[in-house]
Amino acid sequence: MTISMSAATSTMSMDTRAHKNPLLLPFAQDSWGNSLLFVLVVVCVLVIVGNLVVPEGSALHVPTWVVTLVGKYLALALLALSVDLIWGYAGILSLGHGAFFALGGYAMGMYLMRQIGDRGVYGNPELPDFMVFLNWQELPWYWHGFDQFWFALVMVLLAPGLLAYVFGWLAFRSRVTGVYLSIITQALTYALLLAFFRNEMGFGGNNGLTDFKDILGFSLKADSTRVALFVSSAMALALGYILCRWVTRSKFGRVLVAVRDAENRTRFVGYKVESYKLAVFVLSACIAGIAGALYVPQVGIINPGEFSPLNSIELVIWVAVGGRGTLYGAVVGALLVNYLKTYFTGVLPEVWLFFLGALFVLATMFLPGHRGNTAAQAG
Amino acid sequence: MAALDTLKNAFRPDRVWEFLAPERQILVEERNNLILYVEDVTVSFDGFKALNALNLYINRGELRCIIGANGAGKSTMMDVITGKLRPDEGIVYFGENINLLKLSEPEIASAGVGRKFQKPTVFEFHTVFHNLELAMRANKRVLPTLFASLSGEQQDRIQEVLAIIGLLDLQETMAGALSHGQKQWLEIGVLLIQDPQLLLVDEPVAGMTPQETERTAELLTSLAGERSVVVVEHDMEFIRSIAKTVTVLHQGSVLAEGSMQQIQDNAQVREVYLGGD
Amino acid sequence: MYRLIIALILGCIACPWLNAADDPLADDPLSLQLGVLAQTKLTKMPAQIEVLVALNDSRVVPVLQAMLDGRLYRRKSDNLLFIGVPGDDKSLAITNPLGGSETTVAPASDLSRVAVNNRMRGQLRLAIAQLNLASEDEQQRFDAAQELLGDVSPPVIALLNQVAQAESSERVLAVVADAQALAALQQDDALIRLKAVEQLTGNLQPVVLNALQSLTALDAGGAPLESDPLVYKRALKAIAGIKQEAEFYSSAETIFFGLSLGSVLLLSAIGLAITFGVMGVINMAHGELIMLGAYTTYVVQLVLPNHLEYSLLVAVPLAFVVSGLVGVGIERGVIRFLYGRPLETLLATFGISLILQQAVRSIFSPLNRSVANPEWMSGALQLNPLFSLTYNRLYILVFSLVVFFLLLALLKRTRLGLQFRAVAQNRAMARAMGIRSAWVDAMTFGLGSGIAGIAGVALSQLTNVGPNLGQAYIIDSFMVVVFGGVGNLWGTLVSAFSLGMANKFIEPVAGAVLAKILVLIFIILFIQRYPRGLFPQQGRSVD
Repeated sequence: MTISMSAATSTMSMDTRAHKNPLLLPFAQDSWGNSLLFVLVVVCVLVIVGNLVVPEGSALHVPTWVVTLVGKYLALALLALSVDLIWGYAGILSLGHGAFFALGGYAMGMYLMRQIGDRGVYGNPELPDFMVFLNWQELPWYWHGFDQFWFALVMVLLAPGLLAYVFGWLAFRSRVTGVYLSIITQALTYALLLAFFRNEMGFGGNNGLTDFKDILGFSLKADSTRVALFVSSAMALALGYILCRWVTRSKFGRVLVAVRDAENRTRFVGYKVESYKLAVFVLSACIAGIAGALYVPQVGIINPGEFSPLNSIELVIWVAVGGRGTLYGAVVGALLVNYLKTYFTGVLPEVWLFFLGALFVLATMFLPGHRGNTAAQAG
Repeated sequence: MAALDTLKNAFRPDRVWEFLAPERQILVEERNNLILYVEDVTVSFDGFKALNALNLYINRGELRCIIGANGAGKSTMMDVITGKLRPDEGIVYFGENINLLKLSEPEIASAGVGRKFQKPTVFEFHTVFHNLELAMRANKRVLPTLFASLSGEQQDRIQEVLAIIGLLDLQETMAGALSHGQKQWLEIGVLLIQDPQLLLVDEPVAGMTPQETERTAELLTSLAGERSVVVVEHDMEFIRSIAKTVTVLHQGSVLAEGSMQQIQDNAQVREVYLGGD
Repeated sequence: MYRLIIALILGCIACPWLNAADDPLADDPLSLQLGVLAQTKLTKMPAQIEVLVALNDSRVVPVLQAMLDGRLYRRKSDNLLFIGVPGDDKSLAITNPLGGSETTVAPASDLSRVAVNNRMRGQLRLAIAQLNLASEDEQQRFDAAQELLGDVSPPVIALLNQVAQAESSERVLAVVADAQALAALQQDDALIRLKAVEQLTGNLQPVVLNALQSLTALDAGGAPLESDPLVYKRALKAIAGIKQEAEFYSSAETIFFGLSLGSVLLLSAIGLAITFGVMGVINMAHGELIMLGAYTTYVVQLVLPNHLEYSLLVAVPLAFVVSGLVGVGIERGVIRFLYGRPLETLLATFGISLILQQAVRSIFSPLNRSVANPEWMSGALQLNPLFSLTYNRLYILVFSLVVFFLLLALLKRTRLGLQFRAVAQNRAMARAMGIRSAWVDAMTFGLGSGIAGIAGVALSQLTNVGPNLGQAYIIDSFMVVVFGGVGNLWGTLVSAFSLGMANKFIEPVAGAVLAKILVLIFIILFIQRYPRGLFPQQGRSVD
C-alpha cells in the first residue's frame, strides 16, 4: 500500500508541474494513454492503406474480415471504457451495462432495418420482414423516425441515457450502493432480456434485427464501408478516451474518486453524491450506447442475447484484467480478452469458459486495483 | 400564453436536470447568541433509546466538550445534527432559521456545519492538496465542478490552511500514506477550509502523540471564538486542557453540564462515568 | 404417502393368490376358456368373450383389458395366451395373463397379436365395466362407474339399471344415479329431464357440464333446444353453479401453483440467505451449487437404476455433502481472501460458476438430462374432477418448509448456530471469545451450499437437469433474499411465497414472460424505495 502510494505521489507532483501549459494539460502525465491514442491513429492509417490500396494478392494486404474483427474489438473497448468510468472512478459496479450497449445497438439496428426498404424477403417497403411475418399492418409508433440517420443517432444516445437517468435517479437517491446496486442492475438487464425476447415488443423477438443491407446508402458488404466503420470505431474510441480522461481529471473526477473511497465523507463536505453518481452513470450509459451503435453494423445483427447478464458481467472482467481506474487498462483488457475469446472459441471451445472463469478468480484476487468503499468509509 | 409560460417553467432545464439548478445558499441568522438548538431529540433502535429527549444548546463562539461512556449517545447525536440520521422526535435548529431536520447532509454541510469523524476519514487516493481543494467552499453542483479551476485566491487559501495544520511540505503526498496523527490534522484542515460556523469534532486526539495532542488543543482553542466548536473526547487530560464548559451524556440524555470543576464534583457523574476516581 | 401404503397392502393381498397360481389347477374353467379363446376366429370372438364374462372371475379383467389395448398375444408354438410388452429390438416381454410365472422375453416373430375390431372394442369395454362393477372392491366399482359416466348407449344403461338394483355402496350408487340422469336428459318427458337436471346439479365432471350445455344450447333461430322453460332454467342454474365452482377451484389451483413456485424459490434462496444474509458473502456460484445437487440426483439414479423409489432418499444427503464440500472448497480457496471486498467476491464467485458450468458440460454433455420421478412422486392427488395437486409439487412444498424450519432450529437452538450468529454480528468480538471464526465461516458457507444442493434434488423433480439450471435461479434467488430483507430468514420465507404467488396471479392476465418482467420491475422499484427489504435488520450496526 505504502509503496504504491509513494509511486502515485511522484506522478502527482509531476502533474502539478503540468498545470503550467494549459494546452497540453489533457495529454500530460498519461504516457500509456497517449501511446494508445498514437497506436489507434497508426492502426487506422495501416488499415486504410492495407485494405484499400494494397492489392489483394499482396502479403501486406489486410483482409476485410480482419478489419471487421478488430473494428468489433474497438467498439467493445469503448464499452469497457464506459464501465471503467463508473466502476474505476465512482465505485459503481454495474452488472447491467450490456443493456445500454444493446439499446444503442437496437437504435442503430432499427435504422439499418428501415434502410432495407423493399429489398426484404417480403418486399414490403414500409414494414421490416419480421413484422410482415407477424401479420402486422402498420409500423409501431416507436419505429417512426428511424428512417432518418440523425434521428437514429439521437436515439443511440437518448435511449440508454434516459434509461440510465431514470434507473440511476431511483437507485442513487435511495442510496442503493455496493452489491445491492450490482444485483439490481443485473435484474434490470435480465428484465430487458426477457422483454426483448417477446415478439409483441416489436423488435424482432428471438431473432432480433438482421439482414442489413446498407448504411447511409453505402453497402455494408463493401470493403470501403467496412474500413469506414473501422475508422469510426477507432475515432470514437479515441474521442471517448480523451473525454473520459478529461472528465476524470477535472475536479468532478476527483469528487467521483472521493465518492468511491469515502461516500459519507464526501456528503459531509457538501457534495450531493447522488447527482454526481447520476451524472457519471448517464454519461457512461451514453458511451455504452455509442459502442453498441458501432458494433451492430459491423457484426450485422443485434438480438436479445446482448442483454444477457453473462455479457454484462463478462465485460466487467475486461476492465478488471486491464486494471480498473486507469481507462487505458479497460481498453487493453477488452482487446486482450476478446482476442483470447476469438482464439479459444475457434481452437478449443470447451476450454474457453474454464479460462474465463479462472480469469475472473485470478483477476480479482491478484491483479491490482482500487479497493473502493472499504479503505476509508466513515462509520 | 400564460399556459405556455407555465409549461416552459415546468420544463426549465434546472427543473428537469437537478444538477443545473443554481446553488441555494442559506444564511444563518445571527439575532440570538445561540448557534445550535437540540431539543427533545429521541432516537431509538429496535426499542433501545440511543437518544432520550436530549436537550443541548451551543452558544456562538463557544468551545464545548462532551463526554460520556460508550453508548451514551455521542456519535448518534452527531449523526442527527449532520443529517445522517433522522430522529423519531425532537427539533434541531442551526441558528434561528435553519431547520436541520429538513436538510440533507450536503445541504447541512453547505449551511456551515462541519464534522470530523471518530475514525479519521480522508480521501486516501487524493493528495493532501486535493483533499483540501475538494472540501473548499465553492459551488459544489455537478456542472460548475466539472469546469472548475482554482483561482489564485483559492490557491492561497489552501496554502494557508496547509500551514495551519502543518502539512505544507506534504501537500503532494497521497492522503492514504499519511500517519494517523497527520490524517487527523488533515481532517481538521478539511473541516477548516469549509469555513463552517459550527465544528463537530469526534475524538480528535485519538492515537496522537502528546506533542500532537498539545498542538491540537492549541488549534481547537484558537478556532473557538470565531466559530463554535463541539468536541467529543475520551481523553480527560485533553478535556481538562481545553474545556470551559463540559456536558456529560448518559443513556441518551444530559446528565450534567458545567465547568470541569463542577463536573468533577458532581456525585452523580462520579458514580456513572468517572467511576469514582 | 398413502398411495405407497395402499400399494403395500395390495401387494400383501395379492401374494397368496400368486402362490396359488404357481400351480394352476388343470380344471380351472378360466384357464380352459382362455385356451378356447386362443383358437377362436374373429367372427366367433364376441360369443367367446361373453362366455368369459359369464365366468364372473375378476382375473378376466386384465385379459380383456390387454385385448382391448392390443397387448394380448398368442404363442404360435403352443397356442397359449400372453400379455406382452414390446421391447426395443423386436422382442416382447411376456407374462402369463393368469399371473404366476415370471416375465420372459420372446422374439416378436414367435407371437401373434389377438386381433379385435371396433364392435368388439365396445363389447370389451362394457364387459370390463360389468366385471369391475361386480368386483368386491368398492373403489374398483366406483372407478368403473365413473368410467361409464356420459355413455348413454342402451346396453350401458341396461347395465347401470342392473347395478342400481344390486349396489349397496352409497358412493357408487350416486355415480350410477348421475350416469342414469345423463341418459335421462335425452328423454321426451320434461318431468324426467327436470329430475335428471336436479340430480346432476353439483356434479363437477366435465361430461356433465357438456351435457347440460348441449341441453341449453340455442338453435339456429335463437330459441333454446330445451323446450321446457323450467328444465331450461334449472339447467342454466346448474351450469352457473358448476362454473362458479370451476372458478373457485381455478383460483385454488393458482394459489397452489403460486405456493409451489414459492417453495422452489424458497429452496433456492434459503442457502443464499445464509451465505449472503448471515455472512454477507455474495456467492454468484450459488446457482451452480443447486445444479450440482440436481446432477447428484441424476448420478444416483444412474448408479442405482433398480432402486428408483429410494433414489431421492439417497440423493438428498449426498447432494448436501457434494455441494457442501464444493462450497467449503470455494470458501477456503477463494472467498476467505476477499472478505470485506464484496464486489471482488461477486466477480470471483462468478468465475467459479463459469468453471463449474463448463465442468458439468464437459463431464455430462451440454444436453439436458431428465431425472426420473419415483412412483410416489408422480401422479396427482385428485381432490375432485376440477382440482388436483400433483404429488411432486406437493412434496416439494412440504419439503421446502421442513428444510426451512430445520435450518431455523439449527440456527436458533444449537451451539453451532450460536457461533454462526456471533461471528455474523461481530467477528472480532467472537474471535476474542474463543470462537474459531475461520472454521465457523467455512461451516456456514458449507451449510448454505449444502442447502443449495438439496434444492437441486428438489428441482430435478420438476425440470430437466442441465448445465444452465443454476443460471435460471440465481437472479431470482437474490431477488428473494434482498426483497425479504438480508439477514432475516423469516423475511426470506415470506418473500419467496409472496413473489411466487404474485408471479402466478399475474401470469393468467399478462402471460408468463410479462409476469416475470413485472415482478422484476416491482422488486427493482421496491428495493429503491426500501433498500433493506421487507423486514430490515434494525440497529446502529447496519451501516
